[in-house]
Amino acid sequence: VCLNIPGFTLCLKRSVLAPVSLRPPPEKAQSALIGQCFWVFRICPPPALYGGRHTVTLIPGDGIGPELANHVCELFRFCCVPVDFEVVNVDSSMDSEEDINNAIMAIRRNGVALKGNIETNHNLPPSYKSRNNLLRTTLDLYANVMHCQSLPGVRTRHRNIDVMIIRENTEGEYSSLEHESVPGVVECLKIITKTKSLRIADYAFRTARAKGRGRVTAVHKANIMKLGDGLFLECCKEVASGYPDITFDSMIVDNTTMQLVSRPQQFDVMVMPNLYGNVVSNVCAGLVGGPGLVPGANYGEDYAVFETGTRNTGKSIANQNTANPTAMLLASCLLLDHLRLHAYARMIRRAILSTVTETRLHTADLGGQGSTSEVVRSVMKAVQSTGPLTLSI
Amino acid sequence: THTHTQSWVTLVLLYVMDATTDYFHSMQTVTLIPGDGIGPEISSAVMKIFEAAKAPIRWEERNVTAIKGPGGRWMIPPDAKESMDRNKIGLKGPLKTPIAAGHPSMNLLLRKTFDLYANVRPCISIEGYKTPYTNVDLVTIRENTEGEYSGIEHVIVEGVVQSIKLITEDASRRIAEYAFEYARNNQRSSVTAVHKANIMRMSDGLFLRKCREVAEGYKDIKFTEMYLDTVCLNMVQDPTQFDVLVMPNLYGDILSDLCAGLIGGLGVTPSGNIGANGVAIFESVHGTAPDIAGLDMANPTALLLSAVMMLRHMGLHDYGNKIQTACFDTIRDKKVLTKDLGGNSKCSEFTADICRRIQDLD
Repeated sequence: VCLNIPGFTLCLKRSVLAPVSLRPPPEKAQSALIGQCFWVFRICPPPALYGGRHTVTLIPGDGIGPELANHVCELFRFCCVPVDFEVVNVDSSMDSEEDINNAIMAIRRNGVALKGNIETNHNLPPSYKSRNNLLRTTLDLYANVMHCQSLPGVRTRHRNIDVMIIRENTEGEYSSLEHESVPGVVECLKIITKTKSLRIADYAFRTARAKGRGRVTAVHKANIMKLGDGLFLECCKEVASGYPDITFDSMIVDNTTMQLVSRPQQFDVMVMPNLYGNVVSNVCAGLVGGPGLVPGANYGEDYAVFETGTRNTGKSIANQNTANPTAMLLASCLLLDHLRLHAYARMIRRAILSTVTETRLHTADLGGQGSTSEVVRSVMKAVQSTGPLTLSI
Repeated sequence: THTHTQSWVTLVLLYVMDATTDYFHSMQTVTLIPGDGIGPEISSAVMKIFEAAKAPIRWEERNVTAIKGPGGRWMIPPDAKESMDRNKIGLKGPLKTPIAAGHPSMNLLLRKTFDLYANVRPCISIEGYKTPYTNVDLVTIRENTEGEYSGIEHVIVEGVVQSIKLITEDASRRIAEYAFEYARNNQRSSVTAVHKANIMRMSDGLFLRKCREVAEGYKDIKFTEMYLDTVCLNMVQDPTQFDVLVMPNLYGDILSDLCAGLIGGLGVTPSGNIGANGVAIFESVHGTAPDIAGLDMANPTALLLSAVMMLRHMGLHDYGNKIQTACFDTIRDKKVLTKDLGGNSKCSEFTADICRRIQDLD
């Protein structure tokens, strides 16, 4: 609902919540979800919705990014999804930050983006910052959400995993503040602030409540980093006291990884600072079947950027038609949910899941010999068979 | 007559020493720190097994509970320090860190006293102790003195905390050199440096540069670099692709516990700490388990495998292999297993079974 007053637009905007899970929620939870949405008065830029069509920024990235981005465009065009992509290319070999700034401006314009991973050459001098990190911190995408679920049809060592990982995305070890005080001695600063820790903890508990999940685990290393992770833990405890219906506990990160490889079913929602989030999310992605299956989402107050969960460039398999498109396609479903095009999201998600269960179509990372285009074609066929009007394949 | 007796005694002594020279040469003294909780019982189990194997090890038991030295600084008792400095090799059981004792963690104190810069954890799948992961055979070598655990933290303003991660050239070079030496001495084919240099460009970049430099001097060993998240991702899907991993402190802590989880947990994982001046302390990394202390229920496998690591470090490979084979055979047989391994035998029965197997092997 928007009020056009000369000079600015006043919008009643629903607070950004984490996406719907892969399994359709039971009827009771759905109505509870609607009851949970709260209305906030904000001065915010109008959504890029013109003539009933959304505009979304698309950043192909490097490696397998461009081909997967093409497949997403193909699939959306086929399903007649009312989304137009504004493609912004970011050249990672260029020294200047012009490209990434253009991309950031485009995302500010449109509010939402779908992105592939941009490669960072770590042999370049420290003045060249990671483009992905720059994007996340400039747009203040403070929550990285990854929902790892065991998929039927994918054989893994552990079954029935359903973990939601919420990772602080802007500070912590990724502050990129380093200096060489004396030749041969480098100091790297890890910053933990109370505001950001409270914000991410609040996000985690809100999401847990909205999804009907009963337990939040904070992952930390406060026995060694007493002040830094101690502050994070304090903030989580503070927020937990405001959510008495949700159990809160904490676990040290090395114990967490040990428990994850022996009994991952014990975890529900996990919240943690940046670096531990990186480790834990990659471990969980590996447990459910690999980087080709899990989508990830980065949420901020005003913007949302969707990508593959484990942020791999996949340089070694680029342009060989062997990459697994599932993660990127599921990320595009999260995008559709965010744009409130739920019917399209449900349709495409159902098609993707039915394709993944077919072992014949598994790509190389799942132990099969299928190709990317075969998988996408099969998803399109599955969508067509569900009935709504689509283009011809 | 005095000189005559003296020379006669000297002659006899010389004869006796000559006859027992071989015995004295190979007999080595090792400082044993039993520790707390289940520490004493598993240490005695290890001593019994070593006796059965007739390993040329003499044990010197010491206690390392911290005492306040002159100047008010906490330090380990001087007799323990003197024993370690003399023997150079130590075997340590689990130590408890009482919360309100005032002194820092005992492990930290030992690390600082002997400059234990490398923590080595070989993770090998134990046949007979089933985990979802099979054929794991890797070694994690972790820098133990600096990195994220430097303990340098400040509150800048109310609500903002900064934690400093320190990476130095010397420490990185030292750990890289140790990793390659270890790979060479233990017939390992590749060393992988684990880092996050795309984000922490200068610090992990320095670590990586030093590893590359050291790799130049070891052309027979393959050197690769991999991002921490890629290692985690691949480790839980296929741990057989990794061999020796070398990394700074925090990543090492997380990854070594991850690998321990792959083979069955801390109750069966050996660990060794290598220090400057040839000092090496081998330890079990599990806790003191005060709830089962004194009940003869403890599992001595972790300490035993650490002791085997110690034997290999000392060059006594035959004894090491013998004891390890006996231990693995006992676990594979599944007849006499302690509670945590899935059986319901006592620690003494488990130990006795291993001793019997060693004697059968001889």
